[in-house]
Amino acid sequence: MTKDMKFYLKLFSSTFYLSAFTFGGGYVIIPLMKKKFVDEYQWIEEKEILDLTAIAQSTPGAMAVNAAILIGYRMAGILGAVITILGTILPPLIILTVISLAYSAFIENQIVKLILRGMQAGVAAVVIDVSLTMILGVLKGKKIIPIMVMVGAFVATFLLDINVVYIILASGLIGAISIIKFNKKSGEKS
Amino acid sequence: MIYLELFWSFFQVGLFSFGGGYAAMPLIQNQIVDKNGWLTMSEFADVITISQMTPGPIGINSATFVGTRIAGLPGAIVATMGNITPSCIIVLILAFLYYKYRGLSTIQGILQGLRPAVVALIASAGLSLTTVALWSEETITYKMADIDLIAVTILVLSLFILRKWKTNPIYVMAGAGILGLCFYSFL
Repeated sequence: MTKDMKFYLKLFSSTFYLSAFTFGGGYVIIPLMKKKFVDEYQWIEEKEILDLTAIAQSTPGAMAVNAAILIGYRMAGILGAVITILGTILPPLIILTVISLAYSAFIENQIVKLILRGMQAGVAAVVIDVSLTMILGVLKGKKIIPIMVMVGAFVATFLLDINVVYIILASGLIGAISIIKFNKKSGEKS
Repeated sequence: MIYLELFWSFFQVGLFSFGGGYAAMPLIQNQIVDKNGWLTMSEFADVITISQMTPGPIGINSATFVGTRIAGLPGAIVATMGNITPSCIIVLILAFLYYKYRGLSTIQGILQGLRPAVVALIASAGLSLTTVALWSEETITYKMADIDLIAVTILVLSLFILRKWKTNPIYVMAGAGILGLCFYSFL
């Protein structure tokens, strides 16, 4: 891929656009990034998006910013990261600057309220859609350990409310142990 | 030096907020209400409401809001920079290590363990968002009688469109907002 002005502009405008639509918490940016960078531009693979999500989640700070840094770095090194950071922080910076000047009028506005209530349902649908695709992907692999990790992580986070950092650490550990065991087994055979 | 104070306060918020926006809330409150008295508690509650109604991470939203009130646009920029600086440093180091060592078999194993867990985390966030959208009252009751039927309609319709035609999610979200405005005001 040629990294000309057009490429950097595309990188900036796509992160700007995604950030402007990340309603409802950091996780919403992941499905949007997957659609944009994996499905539409085919810049990166789906597997890589999941790895980058794990990194973004296990580091402090806002998920959307962390994910943007990772995409930018992946595409064009430090310069890429700077561009995607700018693209991600500009929409909230602009919107909040405007709102902070007239915020009571904004909060009380009935039209804004109704639009946002409708959007909440739309956002939920977007995240469910991408989750379904990914869950089916794991199930189709027909491997017992990933399926168990997925179910276990879901129970731990949704039902037991365990801190995600522990969930990430534990599942990484399970993955490391299973590959070390697998390597030993294949080593003994040969 | 107000810029330095803003930077440092939001640097700490950025450094210690693990696990999403809601985890950052008490930290932000501690810095801007309790320690520095930049906002009153009720102003802080407004910032939270605004954050939920607008795109963007809560850390950056509150940094911008507080920064603007305390020191205008430069204040907003300085506070936002403070908020993202810890992420930038830590994430870039991890990104470097990831691309350097991801070929190693142990790292491969770790990543294979992480991927299904991340899928579960995203699915769980999706369910939480669904409950918030469907029970729009202050408290989520999980009772069928309290469910918001308009929200159910919009959600099912959006999901159908996404699955069937793989439509750009941003159009679906914008469409859901317009439907929300029409349905809630006329029904």
